[in-house]
Amino acid sequence: MNEVVITRHNNLIDPTLSIWGWEIPVYLFLGGLVGGMMLISGYFILTGRTKNTLCSCYRIPIIGIFAISLGMFLLFLDLEHKLYVWNLYLNFMWKSPMSWGAWILIIIYPILLLNITLRLPENVGIKLPKLNEISLKIQRNPFITKLIGALSMVFGGLLGAYTAILLSNFSARPAWNSPMLWTLFITSGLSSAAALVHLVGKDPEERHLLAKADNGFLIAEIIIIILMIIGFVSSSQVHIDAARLILSGPFAASFWVFVVFIGIIIPFIIQIFSVNNKIPHTNIAPIMVLFGGLILRFIVVYAGQYSQWPRNVFINF
Amino acid sequence: MARYAMVIDTTKCVGCMDCVVACKTENNVPEGFNRDWITYETIGKFPTLHMEIRSERCNHCDNPPCVYTCPTGASHISDIGGIVLVDYQKCIGCKACIAACPYDARFVHPDGYVSKCTFCEHRIVQGLDPACVASCPTHCMYFGDLEDPNSEVKKLLNSRKYRVLNPETGTKPQIYYLI
Amino acid sequence: MERLTRRKFLQISGTTFAGAGLLVGGTKMIQSTLSANEKNKGVVKIPSYCSICFWKCGLIGYVKDGKLWKLEGNPIDPLSRGRLCPRGNGGVGQHYDPDRLQAPLVRISNRGGEEWKVTTWDEALNYTSQKLVEIKDKYGPQAIAVFSHGPGGAFLKHTLRAFGIKNFSAPSFAQCRGPREVAFELTYGEIIGSPERTDIKNSKCFALIGSHIGENMHNSQVQEFAEAIEKGATIIVVDPRFSIAASKAKYYLPIKPGTDTALLLAWINVLIQEKLYDRDFVDKYTFGFEQLKEYIEPFTPEWAFVETGIEPNLIRETIRELARYKPASFVHPGRHVNWYGNDVQRIRAITIINALLGNWNRKGAFFKPVKMEIPKYPYPPYPEMDYEVVYNPNSKYPFAGEEEGLTQGIRSATITGEPYPIKAWIVYGTNLIQTLPNQKETIEAINKLDFLLVIDVIPSEIAMWADVVLPETVYLERYDELNISSFRVPFVGIRQPVVAPPHDQRDGWWIARELAIKLGLEKFYPWKHIEEYLRYRIESAGLSYEQLKTDGIIIGEEQPIYVDDGLNLEFPYTNTGKIELYSTQLAAKGFSPFPTYERPPEPPPGYFRLLFGRTPVHTFSMTQSNPILMDMVAENEVWINSDVAETLEIKNGDYIVLKNQDGVVSNKVKARVTQRIRPDCVYMYHGFGHTSRRLRRAYLKGASDAQLITRYDIDPIMGGTGMNNNFVTIEKV
Ligand SMILES: Nc1nc2c(c(=O)[nH]1)N[C@H]1C(S)=C(S)[C@@H](COP(=O)(O)OP(=O)(O)OC[C@H]3O[C@@H](n4cnc5c(=O)[nH]c(N)nc54)[C@H](O)[C@@H]3O)O[C@H]1N2
Ligand SMILES: Nc1nc2c(c(=O)[nH]1)N[C@H]1C(S)=C(S)[C@@H](COP(=O)(O)OP(=O)(O)OC[C@H]3O[C@@H](n4cnc5c(=O)[nH]c(N)nc54)[C@H](O)[C@@H]3O)O[C@H]1N2
Ligand code: SF4
Ligand code: SF4
Ligand code: SF4
Ligand code: SF4
Ligand code: SF4
Ligand SMILES: [Mo]
Repeated sequence: MNEVVITRHNNLIDPTLSIWGWEIPVYLFLGGLVGGMMLISGYFILTGRTKNTLCSCYRIPIIGIFAISLGMFLLFLDLEHKLYVWNLYLNFMWKSPMSWGAWILIIIYPILLLNITLRLPENVGIKLPKLNEISLKIQRNPFITKLIGALSMVFGGLLGAYTAILLSNFSARPAWNSPMLWTLFITSGLSSAAALVHLVGKDPEERHLLAKADNGFLIAEIIIIILMIIGFVSSSQVHIDAARLILSGPFAASFWVFVVFIGIIIPFIIQIFSVNNKIPHTNIAPIMVLFGGLILRFIVVYAGQYSQWPRNVFINF
Repeated sequence: MARYAMVIDTTKCVGCMDCVVACKTENNVPEGFNRDWITYETIGKFPTLHMEIRSERCNHCDNPPCVYTCPTGASHISDIGGIVLVDYQKCIGCKACIAACPYDARFVHPDGYVSKCTFCEHRIVQGLDPACVASCPTHCMYFGDLEDPNSEVKKLLNSRKYRVLNPETGTKPQIYYLI
Repeated sequence: MERLTRRKFLQISGTTFAGAGLLVGGTKMIQSTLSANEKNKGVVKIPSYCSICFWKCGLIGYVKDGKLWKLEGNPIDPLSRGRLCPRGNGGVGQHYDPDRLQAPLVRISNRGGEEWKVTTWDEALNYTSQKLVEIKDKYGPQAIAVFSHGPGGAFLKHTLRAFGIKNFSAPSFAQCRGPREVAFELTYGEIIGSPERTDIKNSKCFALIGSHIGENMHNSQVQEFAEAIEKGATIIVVDPRFSIAASKAKYYLPIKPGTDTALLLAWINVLIQEKLYDRDFVDKYTFGFEQLKEYIEPFTPEWAFVETGIEPNLIRETIRELARYKPASFVHPGRHVNWYGNDVQRIRAITIINALLGNWNRKGAFFKPVKMEIPKYPYPPYPEMDYEVVYNPNSKYPFAGEEEGLTQGIRSATITGEPYPIKAWIVYGTNLIQTLPNQKETIEAINKLDFLLVIDVIPSEIAMWADVVLPETVYLERYDELNISSFRVPFVGIRQPVVAPPHDQRDGWWIARELAIKLGLEKFYPWKHIEEYLRYRIESAGLSYEQLKTDGIIIGEEQPIYVDDGLNLEFPYTNTGKIELYSTQLAAKGFSPFPTYERPPEPPPGYFRLLFGRTPVHTFSMTQSNPILMDMVAENEVWINSDVAETLEIKNGDYIVLKNQDGVVSNKVKARVTQRIRPDCVYMYHGFGHTSRRLRRAYLKGASDAQLITRYDIDPIMGGTGMNNNFVTIEKV
């Protein structure tokens, strides 16, 4: 029998941490999504799909700018000391994923903008002829095009990874403290991105490819989830307790139903059929994937705040 | 350089919360928040019970994840005896440090910045003990410099059995509990 | 590291007071000091003494930019030794409490209707004096009874004595420590007193019978308790609940509630049987040993085991331990000891054990308290009144208190009109609704009154029944009577304002004096401002009033307090001139001269005995409006043994209600499911479950033990109300 009574009762801290509400999971989702989209865009650019005017690499950065701006706005919304936000950019704290993130977010913008200049949307090109000229120059320069593709991939990857590293770095929260978390976030980001691009993509061949890729990502996700649970369960008691949160605890139902079932397994099955041309491509599968990816962020953010190091059990008598 | 630490004798602590009240008034801690708190841990079955009572607060860790995770440098290790402080002017309220602290020692002050135990920096620079230490009616708390071999804290750690909280988190906490 | 040395402290406070000390006279003076403070940017320190309980610790108030910042212990004060208890530190919240009474109130509705009109002091006091004169004219001064608790009532009592009143009472006797003082007086001819004369810090072994030091936060006692732990004293705790003190004890005796006397008798039995007592001491100083020896024979540990549930071996081992360390060992006399209505007998057993340990005025057990001699102010004599006090007709309780009276005795006289009618109550600093057992009787009595005056600082429950409510300044805002406690060293402490009152509250002395003037009793107030009074007393003791104001405390010359220091051991105040193991006084009044054990009533099936005590951060029912202390503990909980809770399907933190043997149902209250209590009782902190709506922070927070204490057993020896014989069932809500 171990009875622990703690007199502390701090708002947002006790009885369990609740410092981060909906803004952060949505932000993390958007961050992962944009990261994944940039990886896809960069990949398309590098693999020479720029020749295809329907290529999604031309739409991704535009959606990405909006998505990441919304994400940053949510991040800002979450800050408690908003007027002091400029302090983020007075220093670079190399040990702080949060600081990395702040700077990555800043660097993301020019890269996305560069990506946009690869081929300006028509109305923009007409309104800004000077810019259009530059854009045409870039288009004609394979080195710069490739560079943009490479930058997209590198920083897209960094963005996706940072959203996960941010959490897995918190050793204070056992449920986040898994080396698998960031791979999970990257693959989930990729699968969400693939799903979104699939949704908005114009080129049927590309959509087919994305659905295929998405299936790969979904399989990877399942494997990572299994590995992550094994990792937790085979670790210390705190990590076992953390795993319990999604295996049988308060987050189990939503995790298995929304993330695994609706977010991974069903869309995977649907897409197996469509990829094999048994059924036409539908929007339902990618929407489910996106939904699952969003819920995953919610569950991870909340479960992590819920998990904590146990009070010392003293054994000195 | 000095390394300030607290040594708390759990065998004397009666869990009266005087340290909590003293901190409140000394530091004007807003209603509903605590920089320090008491943990009562009981094991056994009535009537064969053992109870440990601890006055807890930020551990001013030697390896403070809250500082490492802070994106602005607001959370920092101070020159004053290595204690961990928050510069309210730099803090943006992102709460990363709160998530990083395994002891849940921090909270968001109603004014927006993150706050926690300061080891009563304003008192120790005047040569006074922190308010909680100075008010504890059982004299069970000791504050001092671990680098100074003649300090009471050092002597106590040399002569008594002690432990720290959750050492497995690797934070190297600097509040020592005599047992 | 540089510490704030005493000298430095004196310098700091000395400069602060250079101005204040020079000012004399008039109410103006307070204002000018305080407005000077307000103008003063920076920190000003003002010494005073605490009033959140009756320990009266010396404090230093810190005022920053004219606002109260914090309180610290006065390092030269022997009671606080520079450290206040949590309530003392939280005293700041008494000043800032937004729900404080702000101006005098006069009732405009029926009693219980809670409607008042805000009025001026002049009007309120005119009305009050008119009422008092009316009642005195019609029924005589004996028809007015007074309940006054704490040092703040000194001046009020002075006015009322001058008015011819004799019926004074305080809960400190019949609801608190009466049985202890009576038992010690019977045995030793001397009382224990407050602060207690126990020498815990030097003790090698002591037993606490219920006294939950560490939760009971009487400051120096807690400090000494910790010192004893540090020095490795053997601590024995007897308590149905695993108290904080129990967690520090080498021996924890989880006694069945109400059976302590059986344990104590068994301890005496072993002391004598095993010849562990101090034979020389017993021969020289005690009376009745041989009879005791005979009397005690049947009370073996085996006999006690059946009553108490404590293993005979444990009983033997613990008393042997106490005997091993004699005379630096003792059984603590307790403080709140009105438990079962036969409490004098229990404490008598404690006095006998201590006598057998030969520890009277010995280091490590009891010391001889000493006191500063401060002359009284030369008032004219009070009028001679030859009526009998109302609360103890025909000396029904032969050893009832005089100074502190019997609170519930006044109450029953008010209800019955016997031996004569009581028509007015004057209540100062005691919340009778929570303090007296059986609230119905209290309200019944109040409804019989023509006039109820309450002087309080908050709209307390008792104030809500009053016809006139007078708002006093809180202790940090006023001058008051000197603190001249008997303790280890003689000393005197001053209470003086640290901050100005926020509204139209007035000091107790001012209220008492104004009332006296309205009653035509000016001659009893030859001084105009209390500072004249204080200065007179201090200076006529040959001390410096300025020094007292600056330092807060003046320490007198050390005197021997132990036999070990050369003190003579004498017992001039008992009939036999000896420690009366056999009480001649009890025998003379027809009581058993040796402690008797009565088995307490058993809880009926499904019922649990209701026990109660202190939380370290609150004082009774007076701090639940204090924002700082409420931030620590905002409601009380009912402690329920885990195994019991399991069978009742109650989880920790569930809300429950308690229903007592008379069908009274408590307010909803949280369950604290714990191993730290016996399965046959439940426990809660006293002072919660307030019913005054105006106490917004406290209103219906937690449950009131007092509400459930409908049954009380009166100690036939001294009239104390045993309140531990109430039983409750537990229901989930
Ligand atoms: N924080 C704080 N401290 C205070 C006060 C306060 O209001 N707040 N009030 C002060 C005052 S005036 C007083 S009188 C004291 C009172 O404090 P004490 O005299 O120390 O304690 P009691 O109220 O008598 O008893 C409470 C303890 O007795 C135990 N108990 C109950 N029934 C029995 C029994 O049958 N046998 C035994 N052996 N134990 C039993 C309870 O479990 C509990 O631990 O506290 C003083 N100190
Ligand atoms: N059920 C139950 N009853 C008990 C006890 C128990 O544990 N349980 N304990 C008993 C014991 S040991 C004792 S000593 C008594 C204590 O009994 P009381 O002395 O009645 O204690 P409180 O309930 O705190 O009531 C004190 C009242 O004084 C008011 N007050 C505070 N400061 C001032 C001031 O400066 N001036 C004025 N004018 N008023 C002030 C408060 O607001 C409050 O209304 O209770 C006894 N009764
Ligand atoms: S003030 Fe001292 S005794 Fe009281 S809880 Fe704090 S550390 Fe423990
Ligand atoms: S206890 Fe928490 S807040 Fe304090 S230094 Fe350690 S990690 Fe940081
Ligand atoms: S909340 Fe403030 S102190 Fe904490 S990590 Fe963010 S900026 Fe740093
Ligand atoms: S050191 Fe100061 S800030 Fe920290 S808990 Fe103690 S009183 Fe509060
Ligand atoms: S024991 Fe605490 S509440 Fe009582 S007088 Fe001392 S400091 Fe004040
Ligand atoms: Mo009391």
